[in-house]
Amino acid sequence: MTALTRLTMAAARDGLRRRNFTATELAAAHVAAVEAARPLNAFVTETPELAMAQAAESDRRLQRGEARPLEGLPLAIKDLFCTKDILTTASSHILDGFKPPYESTVTAQLWAAGAVMLGKTNMDEFAMGSSTTTSYYGPTENPWRRPGDNRPLVPGGSSGGSAAIVAACGALGATGTDTGGSIRQPASFTGIVGMKPTYGRCSRWGVVAFASSLDHPGPLTRTVRDAAMLLRGMAGHDPKDSTSAPVAVPDFEAALTGDIRGLKVGIPKEYRVDGMPGEIETLWQRGIEWLKTAGAHPVEISLPMTKYALPAYYIVAPAEASSNLARYDGVRFGLRVDGKSLEEMYELTRAAGFGAEVRRRVLIGTYVLSAGYYDAYYVKAQRVRTLIARDFAEAFKMVDCILTPTAPSSAFAIGEKSDDPIAMYLNDVFTVPADLAGIPAISVPAGLDESGLPLGLQIIGRAFDEETVFRVAGVLEEAASFTATPQFIAGASSSGGDIGSGHHEPH
Amino acid sequence: MALDKATVAHIATLARIRLSEAEQVKMADELSHILTWIEQLGEVDTSGVEPMTSVAAMRLPMREDRVTDGGRRDEVLANAPATAHGFFTVPKVVE
Amino acid sequence: MSLIEGRTGSWEVVIGLEVHAQIVSAAKLFSGAATAFGAEPNTQVSTIDAAFPGMLPVINGHCVEQAVKTGLGLAAEINLHSVFDRKNYFYPDLPAGYQISQYLQPVVGRGKIVLDLPDGGVREVGITRLHLEQDAGKSLHDQHPSLTYLDLNRAGVALMEIVSEPDLRSAEEAGAYLRKLRSILRYLGTCDGNMEEGSLRCDCNVSVRRPGEGYGTRCEIKNVNSVRYVMQAIDYEARRQIEIIEEGGTVRQETRLFDAGRGTTRSMRSKEEAHDYRYFPDPDLLPLTLDPAWVASLKASLPELPDAKKARFVAAYALSPADAGILVAERASADYFEAVARGRDPKQAANWVMGDLFGALNRLGVGIEASPVSAENLGAMLDLIADGTISGRLAKDVFAAMLESGDPPGKIVAERGWKQVTDAGAIEAAVDAVLAAQTDKVAEFRAGKEKLFGFFVGQVMKATEGKANPAAVNELLRKKLNG
Repeated sequence: MTALTRLTMAAARDGLRRRNFTATELAAAHVAAVEAARPLNAFVTETPELAMAQAAESDRRLQRGEARPLEGLPLAIKDLFCTKDILTTASSHILDGFKPPYESTVTAQLWAAGAVMLGKTNMDEFAMGSSTTTSYYGPTENPWRRPGDNRPLVPGGSSGGSAAIVAACGALGATGTDTGGSIRQPASFTGIVGMKPTYGRCSRWGVVAFASSLDHPGPLTRTVRDAAMLLRGMAGHDPKDSTSAPVAVPDFEAALTGDIRGLKVGIPKEYRVDGMPGEIETLWQRGIEWLKTAGAHPVEISLPMTKYALPAYYIVAPAEASSNLARYDGVRFGLRVDGKSLEEMYELTRAAGFGAEVRRRVLIGTYVLSAGYYDAYYVKAQRVRTLIARDFAEAFKMVDCILTPTAPSSAFAIGEKSDDPIAMYLNDVFTVPADLAGIPAISVPAGLDESGLPLGLQIIGRAFDEETVFRVAGVLEEAASFTATPQFIAGASSSGGDIGSGHHEPH
Repeated sequence: MALDKATVAHIATLARIRLSEAEQVKMADELSHILTWIEQLGEVDTSGVEPMTSVAAMRLPMREDRVTDGGRRDEVLANAPATAHGFFTVPKVVE
Repeated sequence: MSLIEGRTGSWEVVIGLEVHAQIVSAAKLFSGAATAFGAEPNTQVSTIDAAFPGMLPVINGHCVEQAVKTGLGLAAEINLHSVFDRKNYFYPDLPAGYQISQYLQPVVGRGKIVLDLPDGGVREVGITRLHLEQDAGKSLHDQHPSLTYLDLNRAGVALMEIVSEPDLRSAEEAGAYLRKLRSILRYLGTCDGNMEEGSLRCDCNVSVRRPGEGYGTRCEIKNVNSVRYVMQAIDYEARRQIEIIEEGGTVRQETRLFDAGRGTTRSMRSKEEAHDYRYFPDPDLLPLTLDPAWVASLKASLPELPDAKKARFVAAYALSPADAGILVAERASADYFEAVARGRDPKQAANWVMGDLFGALNRLGVGIEASPVSAENLGAMLDLIADGTISGRLAKDVFAAMLESGDPPGKIVAERGWKQVTDAGAIEAAVDAVLAAQTDKVAEFRAGKEKLFGFFVGQVMKATEGKANPAAVNELLRKKLNG
């Protein structure tokens, strides 16, 4: 059944409709792959029974000729999306045992479109991280390894479980969320496609909040077409989210015309940062050439506020998080550590329930909002954010999209950057600006670095112009013809040695 | 900005996260490091720039005044660590 | 100026009130759960109110309309752009760990309330602002020896916080302010003003100073829930502060609780820790922008408010300002009065409404909405007096009967045969009979004891069971006695 798990989502859709295989067969192959991929620790919760039940319903619909857009397609769901009566943890101890009595809008739309759920994927705790190492359920491993080097690598984060399982062919696609780069950076680290749509395109209702003004649900897939398909299923106006945009969802797949002749592509000079490996610069240049060959016009542009995006982000995101995470108090759901008084119960519960990175960010956020510091930090950062959005607005007067590297490095080893928070934060230097401005951006696998690890290139577009982003991404994908596969493919015999050093118990 | 241990202890209290003395010292160091890095924002001239309130260029949507929810106490209480007689319960609060 | 005499001289008390008025709405401010009072615990709670992970607020447009209406009713500036902020603090009845409120940019700015003083004069009190916010849940501390119980039914209900300037100078003024505010809110239909059910709650900021000096240190007394308690709390608090200062101490700025049983205030332990609410704009919501045309249309549709109504009653019905003030305090009383007074003698209508009717309703303990005597029936009774069908004396009996039965006065008069006797022959017969029986008294009268006239009237009325037309009786008696 390995062949079925290697299909793209679009090919699987076509195969199901042509009756080449059944949804049950497709689901069973993926359930087996998920099981085989356990060494990656990509899931917090697997839901094989649900997958098989949904697949059976898909087969009934397929037989009646009533297939829905994502009928029978097995997906993995980041454990930040609330799923009704199914454990939802945000990879945090503090949500121990939490089974939401509701389904997030995005996942509800996916099930209504016929998709099949394989389980809930591991992530950085509360989506705070770029490595999927801050999870209470242990780190997820990247299915890629450096040839000749057996050290396990991070899949990036925070949507690392989703990225790893899609890269390892354990799911046709997955949902993720991107607050500072949490879809695009892991996509780059695992050699897949990750799309962060415009803010307001996908509902945040039922998605455990990290930083409300920055949280963007979006898809992770192996191809650009699959990302277009999956985003269409996830997107749409939701009256339950006051920040959801009341705009129609286009057929993103139809935008994949391959024709980018005459398109102006911005190349921001500020994205050449100190210490960036030369091979990333080289890949970027190659990307420019590919698009030029396809008839687009590269234009050098300036986004002068780029270097201030990260520090602004590290004020705004922790500030919102410190408030969003106040609800985890041991009263209505999740973990409670008893105390002699209410105050003691609060403090012990939150000390035990939150990991080090979450505590750090909650404290920074509390500090920057506190009396006497609010203007100097929070208001200042929101002013800088206005300038960052203005940079993009100016650029988009001249160009139709922007091409940049996705991340300043390829995947690093688990534990490598964990003792220096700022080194870890710098992973998001190229992805954070689009989050701050709320504009769409995609990462497309474009090549391997010298150590044999995948690297992505990023296309950034105008608000609600995902179609141009997809179109350019499709051309980039075609030109890059990235065919390398990770050392670990679920269900295939592993060539990368003993991936997954063992069973991961919650720490 | 260097944060001292006392400041860390104060914000940890505001955030209701218990930190040991040793953790306070370590956290003071880490947070100081991060805040110093963040303070490069001071280089940016933001005079006359409005702080961003939302990237969404739209008006606040409004609901009709209709009762559409409630009446599901069991669901609301089902995840609670402690309940009694239809109430959530916590250690006694002294006002 | 009302001053308090201390041991060392006189003191002025300075009071500002923060009123939390629950908005009349079916559903909560940011969720679709119901707001009705008195439901079983936690049965009017959505997962939004309980701040479950991933839940998001969507504002109830009606609550915005109610707040704007109230602002217009307080002659206040309406801010076309306002912002919802999060006020962050931990408390078990605040599920999200923050309250959605409005801090720097409230929906309503400066306004005013005109107080009606007991001497018939008026005084203006400034309104600083009005903002929209969510209510918290309810903590029950007395249900269990070691546990606090939480009911989130009230969590998320829409409130208007209405803040006054520190313009009030006595407990009486504070009481008048609250009564007037309540009256305006009830006219507008934006808050039912029910203090027993907590629809209107008051925090009192109280300080004292020597007349002419700057403001003293203030204490805030939280959640006082009746006009009487507000007045008691202020009086107690002012005297407490004066005593502290007069004994050489200093007043500490703090939050205090009112103990209704003892009529005292005490320091609130849970509020001792200095607060840092870390306000910031709620990223789950967008700024609230109002269309000026919409605001103008709301303004045009406002009902006539107490001050305007009072002025009109004084002008149109020639009532005294004091009487008009009493009648307009409740919209229902004012409407009742107008229904009775329309096309009749307004002074007579006012006397009946404020005298017999209010007295009776007071005795029965019911509001005017539940009055057994409808305005229509009371008006019809006044018509019967005017056309001579019943006498003013009989009217008291008719009114009592209406109160008891709810019947129209015509029916009562007909059934009980209380129709006034105007037949001159019948009255003359009664007069003759009385004069014949009282020859001694007739002689005395004719000898100059003229005050006996009333006695004869009484005897005739008695003989006719009160039904004789008093004017006819007078005329006949006068003719026969003097003739």
